[in-house]
Amino acid sequence: MVTIIKPRKGISSLDISEIWRYRELFYIFAWRDIKVRYKQTILGVGWAILQPIFSTFIFTIFFGDLVKISSGALPYPLFVLIGLIFWGFFSGILSHASGSLIENESIVKKIYFPREILPLSTVGANLIDFAISFTLLMCIAVYLHYLPNILILLVLPLGLLIGCLGAGGMGLLLSAFNIKYRDVRYVLPFFIQMMVFMTPVIYPTTIMRPSFRYLIALNPMTGVIEAARVLFSGSANINWLELGVSAFSAVVLFVVGMIYFKSTERFFADLV
Amino acid sequence: MESIIEIEHLSKKYKLGEWQKYYTLRDALVGLSKLPFEFFKRRSKTGLSKGEFWALKNISFKVRKGEAIGIIGPNGAGKSTLLKVLSRITPPTKGVATLRGRVGSLLEVGTGFHQELTGRENIYLNGAILGMNRDEINEKFDEIVDFSGVERFLDTPMKHYSSGMYMRLAFAVAAHLDPEILIVDEVLAVGDAEFQEKCLQKMNAISKEDKRTVIFVSHNMEAVRKLCDRAILIDHGQIIKDGKVSETVDTYLKQSLKVAKESYLKRKDRWGTGQVKITDVVFKNTKGKQINNLKCGEKAEIITRLKYYDKKVKKVEFGIEINSFYDQTKIARIDSKVLRKVITQKNNPIKIRLHELPLLPGRYQFSIWVIGGDGEVYDSIPQAGVFNVEYGDFYKTGTLPEKDDGYLLLKYDIS
Repeated sequence: MVTIIKPRKGISSLDISEIWRYRELFYIFAWRDIKVRYKQTILGVGWAILQPIFSTFIFTIFFGDLVKISSGALPYPLFVLIGLIFWGFFSGILSHASGSLIENESIVKKIYFPREILPLSTVGANLIDFAISFTLLMCIAVYLHYLPNILILLVLPLGLLIGCLGAGGMGLLLSAFNIKYRDVRYVLPFFIQMMVFMTPVIYPTTIMRPSFRYLIALNPMTGVIEAARVLFSGSANINWLELGVSAFSAVVLFVVGMIYFKSTERFFADLV
Repeated sequence: MESIIEIEHLSKKYKLGEWQKYYTLRDALVGLSKLPFEFFKRRSKTGLSKGEFWALKNISFKVRKGEAIGIIGPNGAGKSTLLKVLSRITPPTKGVATLRGRVGSLLEVGTGFHQELTGRENIYLNGAILGMNRDEINEKFDEIVDFSGVERFLDTPMKHYSSGMYMRLAFAVAAHLDPEILIVDEVLAVGDAEFQEKCLQKMNAISKEDKRTVIFVSHNMEAVRKLCDRAILIDHGQIIKDGKVSETVDTYLKQSLKVAKESYLKRKDRWGTGQVKITDVVFKNTKGKQINNLKCGEKAEIITRLKYYDKKVKKVEFGIEINSFYDQTKIARIDSKVLRKVITQKNNPIKIRLHELPLLPGRYQFSIWVIGGDGEVYDSIPQAGVFNVEYGDFYKTGTLPEKDDGYLLLKYDIS
């Protein structure tokens, strides 16, 4: 194995074979995040269930009962829970990935490995959370006699992939930005809060003007949440165009995030 | 034989303060408005613009397979930067380095250790971060635990570990990394003497028996002498000497004696805000005569002058740490804080009276610092100077203490 060290300018290329060599780090960082997260809490894994339940409860009272937002073919609690757990997956990756380089500062400064592993490995812990809350969703759906259409077996992995790419891309961008500009730490929670309202979590896109619907589909989770809701109502009548726009947007976000990350990567150890 | 490491004209430029400062968006906007003018800024002949400096300058050397090389030099000389570049943590500004073999770098022991995780879990975590895969760790797990000696606490979270246990486990994992090229930074500066010896033996085995190539940075001249055949002296980012370990170490020791004689105000190997600066440190005997050689058992005075650049500074805390010259073992500390002595501008010069110097004959080095009450460092000079201790009648028995392995003399009686 020969390593050649020389000055780096511009964007460093994405070395897939190197990332493959370091693949165990994805697993080990994800494993650490899960372990640490659940060791420091009393309820542990319980939070992955309690959080969406509380939110569903509150949103159902305010937006379902009081404001009476139309939830189409689904009862409002099920409708909002689907939105919440997919959105939770996306925002979880986004916020953990954004802080990943700063939080692992001591590692970044002392050891070499492909840096993109840190933000991208946050997908792991969030997948576990998602699996738990999705199981909860299935239980509630079955209890309420809403069995999802068989197409869910296709849309679920596709939706998770879209979420990973979109949130991962934004996470790459923000984690790199976070190193140089610590403003990210203050802006991000606010930004994520705002994004809940730009994602059809508490409302359906059907209440919007068609032109606006495709604009909001640029948010990667829009297509995924809407498709999942259609499937849970038992129908297979997915708006594929909406899902396509969201998928395309996720890919673009990932590419942009990765390019920014790779073009600033060489300064990381000197700046954190 | 082909070299396993080839370093050619390696240089690294840093902007002053770049690695400490982070920016806010406001700074970026201000920077943006200045951007059009950047273009007109002239670069001087050195290739540096304002506020930049070469942390490494034109470093070239080759290492043969199986060699153990010591990198020595004063603080801030660029040793750690060199290791960071060779470990690929930060890229060089110029030059090329070619490393033929798997590189394991140990710039800190316990990189990535997590306080909440158990010792067992941290072995896997740390091992993976250092580049071992799971099978390798499984295979060496028992050896690692054995070497660390913390078997009983393997399932205890690390936050309950003592710092000694922490270091043991950390070094144990790192020592079982199996690279062809091992890059090690000042890891022996911590831990007790017995453990340091154990680490050194392990590193010796890695280099001599397993024929691995080792690059070792240390302030501990004894360790460098024991471990390495060849040493490179770096100062101000440049190679001053590259040769046999004994010769390079001698050059370095002579150089540090020379630096210690330089006027304090002119010295650059210091850090701090500069609101108050140390301008002079001298040793005097009881007759008030300035001396370089103290005698054990006798009274002595250390007299330090400060200059207050910031008149608003009313009081300061002041300390001196005494280390052994050859291996940097910490021996004693003089601190105004523990005596609850408030030092104001009136206490200038500061006089420290040593009642009976309890140090064995030998050569010692001291570091000195002045800090504010809030902990802000005004001025700190590591390895500020050197003094010798001569034979003296410490026990008033006429029998002089032998110059031996220890450093300290105790007052005691036997009945």
